[in-house]
Amino acid sequence: MFTAGVIVFPGSNCDRDAANAWQELGCGSAKLLWHRDTDLQGVDMVIVPGGFSYGDALRAGAIARFAPIMDEVAKFAQDGGLVMGICNGFQIVCEAGLLPGALARNEGLKFACKHVDLRVETVNSPFTRACERGATLSIPIAHGEGRYVCDEATHARLIADDQILFRYASGNPNGSQDNIAGIVGGPNRNVMGMMPHPERATRVGLGSADGACLFRGIVATLTEARV
Amino acid sequence: MPKVTVTVTLKPSLLDAQGRTIQEALHSLGYTDVKNVRVGKVIELETQTPADATAMCEKLLANPVMESYRIEVAEVEG
Repeated sequence: MFTAGVIVFPGSNCDRDAANAWQELGCGSAKLLWHRDTDLQGVDMVIVPGGFSYGDALRAGAIARFAPIMDEVAKFAQDGGLVMGICNGFQIVCEAGLLPGALARNEGLKFACKHVDLRVETVNSPFTRACERGATLSIPIAHGEGRYVCDEATHARLIADDQILFRYASGNPNGSQDNIAGIVGGPNRNVMGMMPHPERATRVGLGSADGACLFRGIVATLTEARV
Repeated sequence: MPKVTVTVTLKPSLLDAQGRTIQEALHSLGYTDVKNVRVGKVIELETQTPADATAMCEKLLANPVMESYRIEVAEVEG
């Protein structure tokens, strides 16, 4: 079993959801790590959760990326540690430069809160290896700044290097470039970010259990690394 | 102390949905030649070292991936 470290910023609101998902799915235990901490306490992987860190002041994720704990997350990522950024966490890891691109305000200007269909575009990642390529996952979104944008060179590289994990499969809820919902990057495809919330789709009672495959993939990767 | 005014807008290559909506409203009011409406944010600050403003923008005030910025410096009495 493995320990997930879930970063808690002032304004995070999916930190406990992420920790619960990790524990309920039998992945192991979860530690909540405060943004002022400077030690990841030996966790096996890191989740940067959703929410409204620092009230989204300036831009979503702009302030959080300078939190003391983020230096440790960056080092962990550079050393190949698995980092999963969800929603505000995706915005934060992009702001921190751990993934390319940025998240702009939704094209329709509305906060989008609903279940969406995601197409799994690649299973070549520690996060999606337990999913099925081309499968459709029903996962909820809840964001106002989820429009993924990047320059053309970056977009071409994302495609050439098979870095797009998910695309929105039935309508584009926020105007994201190329319908991008989630990407992978880092030195060893070990950092991911996605706007939808897999931690809120872990059992049928929540409306969908489709998010569980990401956690199974992470556990499989960590298990191999331990052997 | 010198006063710095930073104006941050989405890059011209990105759709500014607010700007588009405002432009349509202006057109409907009869200002039909209005184009390129862009909405941004203004950040005002006072500092003895206004030369740092560019670094402040690159690090924090703007996200160069999606935003452009403009810096104006004015001397403020007192």
